[in-house]
Amino acid sequence: MSLKNIFDLYQTMEKDNTMLSFKGVITSDLLTSVLQIMESKLAYVEKSPKTKKKVYNVLVECLQNLYHHNEEISSSEGLDFLFSKSALLMISKNANHYEVKTGNYVSRTKSKELKQKLDEINAMDKDALRELYKSVLADGELSSKGTAGLGMIDIARKSGNKLEYDFMTIDKDYDFFCLNVKID
Amino acid sequence: MENLTLEGSAKTPAVSFNASSGTLELKGRSIPENSVEFYKPLNDWIDSYATSPKTETIVDIKLEYFNTSSSKCILDLFKQLEGLNGNGTNVKVNWYFEEDDEDMEEAGEDYQAIINLPFSMIEVEEI
Repeated sequence: MSLKNIFDLYQTMEKDNTMLSFKGVITSDLLTSVLQIMESKLAYVEKSPKTKKKVYNVLVECLQNLYHHNEEISSSEGLDFLFSKSALLMISKNANHYEVKTGNYVSRTKSKELKQKLDEINAMDKDALRELYKSVLADGELSSKGTAGLGMIDIARKSGNKLEYDFMTIDKDYDFFCLNVKID
Repeated sequence: MENLTLEGSAKTPAVSFNASSGTLELKGRSIPENSVEFYKPLNDWIDSYATSPKTETIVDIKLEYFNTSSSKCILDLFKQLEGLNGNGTNVKVNWYFEEDDEDMEEAGEDYQAIINLPFSMIEVEEI
C-alpha cells in the first residue's frame, strides 16, 4: 500500500463518519474490547437511551455472527492468500442514522441459506418479524456453539429497516458476504 | 441448600438465587458468546431447589439487554420454573424494564405468551 493510500483511506473513513473500523480475526477478547469502546462512544454521542440500546444490540449480534460463523476456508483455485478467518466491521454515524457494516467469507452452501433467510426477513413487517422471532424462540434448539438462529431476525427488528446485503463471488466454493444494517 | 451468588461482568448478569427466601434474581446484561456455559449452573441450582422449594418463589428479571443466545437460555429457565409451579411452590415472575424501552417490554410479553407462569411487567426509571 502506498503512502497516498493511507490518506485516501483516512478521507473515505472521515467522509463516512466512521466511529470504529476493524479488519481481522474476531476473537472473544476483541469482541469485549469493541463493545467496551463502542459503549463509551455511544454514551458520549447519543442522547436517546433507546437508540443507544438498539445500536449496541445490533452490534452485539453482528459481532457474534462474525465470531460464530467465520470459518477457516481454503480455496480450491489457489486463492489461499485471499482467505483467512478475518472479517470486516465498520460502525458509522450519519445525520439521522447509524450504520453497522460487516463483511466475511461464507461457503456457497451457507450463502444460499443466508440469502433465503434474509429475503424472508426483508419481506416481513414489524409484527410478522415479532411472530417469527417468537416461534423460532419457542421451537428452536440451541446449536453446540450456542447460536439460536435468531440473530438476523433480532438485527432486523432492532434496525427497523430492511437489511441491505450482497454476496461477492470469490471462487466456485466461496462468497464474500456484505451486510449493512441501518438503525434510525 | 446453598445460595447461588455471582457477580455481574461485562457480558454476564449478576445472579442472586436465595433458597431460604425463595427469590431468584438476574440483573444487568446477558451477552456471552455461548450462553449455555453460563446458564447451566443456574439450571442445576433450580433442579436442587425444586426438591424443597419455598411456598412462594419470586423470580426478578432485571435485564438491560440480552443477546439471542441468552434469549433461548432464559426461555429454558422459565420452562424449568413452569414445571416447578404448583409442585410445592407458586412461581411468580417480575419482568423489569426501563422507561421507554419497548424492546425489553416486548421481550417480556413474548415470554409471557410462551410460558404458563404469572408475569408482572414492571416499568422502572433505571435498572
